Amino acid sequence: MIDGFREAFSLIIGGDSQLVEIVLLSLRVSGIALFISTVIGIPLGALLGLARFRGRRLSVALVYTGMAFPPVVIGLFVYLMLSRSGVLGSLNLPWIPRLFTPEAMIVAQVIIAFPLVAGFTMAAVQGVDPALRLQVQALGASRWQTTWAILDEARVGVIAAVVAGFGGIISEVGAVMLVGGNIANQTRVLTTAIVLETNKGNFGLAMALGVILLSMAFTTNFIILRLQGRSFDE
Amino acid sequence: MSVLYSLRDVTVRYGSRSVLAVNELDIHAGEVLAIVGPSGAGKSTLLRLLNFLQPPTTGALTFEGMTFSPGRDVPLAVRRRVTTVFQRPVLLKRTVESNVAYGLRLRGQRDSAAAIDATLEDVGLGGLAKQPARTLSGGEAQRVALARAMILRPDALLLDEPTANLDPYNVGLIEQIVARLNREHGTTIVLVTHNVYQARRLAQRVLFLLDGREIEVADTHTFFEAPKDPRTGAFVRGEMVY
Ligand SMILES: Nc1ncnc2c1ncn2[C@@H]1O[C@H](COP(=O)(O)OP(=O)(O)OP(=O)(O)O)[C@@H](O)[C@H]1O
Ligand SMILES: [Mg+2]
Repeated sequence: MIDGFREAFSLIIGGDSQLVEIVLLSLRVSGIALFISTVIGIPLGALLGLARFRGRRLSVALVYTGMAFPPVVIGLFVYLMLSRSGVLGSLNLPWIPRLFTPEAMIVAQVIIAFPLVAGFTMAAVQGVDPALRLQVQALGASRWQTTWAILDEARVGVIAAVVAGFGGIISEVGAVMLVGGNIANQTRVLTTAIVLETNKGNFGLAMALGVILLSMAFTTNFIILRLQGRSFDE
Repeated sequence: MSVLYSLRDVTVRYGSRSVLAVNELDIHAGEVLAIVGPSGAGKSTLLRLLNFLQPPTTGALTFEGMTFSPGRDVPLAVRRRVTTVFQRPVLLKRTVESNVAYGLRLRGQRDSAAAIDATLEDVGLGGLAKQPARTLSGGEAQRVALARAMILRPDALLLDEPTANLDPYNVGLIEQIVARLNREHGTTIVLVTHNVYQARRLAQRVLFLLDGREIEVADTHTFFEAPKDPRTGAFVRGEMVY
């Protein structure tokens, strides 16, 4: 155990090249996936929370289902779609990612994260005082400005929605293992590397990866809390 | 006097319940019109119509010759000529200053620091510019809401109980501001108030609403001294039983 920690720290401090590569890939895959999920999830959440339209109830039910969906099942689904004989994989189109690539992992992570972002955003905007909408309209807000004002009032909750999305994918193993394949130097990310190194008995390396994963989660949450804190202070 | 708003056979219904039914009402450009009536009479509902925040269920609302009937969207440029200070002010989670700047920012105006300071000074809140709005007292919040509306220099300013939470000194202050806006800028003011003395002090005409119906509208003197409808007199004297 102690040895593990020692090895972990020497690897981290030494800037082990394999380690650096794994960290960067994790950040790239989850970062891009989170960006896409945010771009889809926040407008979708705002729409579901604020607008009244046919099919809204069904959409809300689908988003809630997505939030509670086991990631590994999403991984399986993406696997089946993208595999050579799958519905999408067999089309062989250039913009459809192939299995066992970082892009396939991004697809899976987007499907995991965007319902989380949308669902929590919806809850956040629904928590805003309904009288605010009339108030900003009375002050001359257009439809977009009204939506923006409501999102801005709900910003603490909207930020939490993005955090939830990030938390849901950065620490996820099953789906990235299935669609990424944990190929060294190509699709090996922190979580899948931890599983592998633990199985191989390389506890030091596994521990180092775990420490990095933890501190990444901590740092992002810390930055986000700071952002929230600033809006509390206003 | 030219007519700014005219309402014809306007009704508002929620489900099967009719909360407003105004057969004929004109609001003149440049006047101060007070609306009085018991709780639930439909006063706030009428203000929402006048600010184009909700369409009438039936009937037509004409603003400067443009007629808006149910199902017709009111252009943003028209809505921006009117604003409301609501009965319960809702401030944004920002500083006092940026609350007051909000309506101007929506219109793309940015360099308005001087106007903001002057307006806050007007409502007696000169020292509070940087304070977070959610930490204000009820009366301070109400005055910020008034400052935020009047800085827009609207053609029509709709006030829903603007002095409900204020002490006598601040009531006097707000009344002076309202009278000055009307006198110096010709702003049309529609003032909902539970205080008949305030109506008397500020308004040129008074409208009495009861159960969503216009019982009487008359110039202030006639309204208080020689009302046509006996219910008006009873209401003014506080003898009305609902
Ligand atoms: N969205 C709504 N749905 C159903 N009923 C409503 C709605 N809004 C208002 N009402 C009803 O319409 C009636 C008129 O309401 P309004 O707010 O206009 O009254 P008011 O004259 O402003 O009263 P107060 O002096 O208490 O502010 C009330 O009985 C109210 O319950
Ligand atoms: Mg009211």
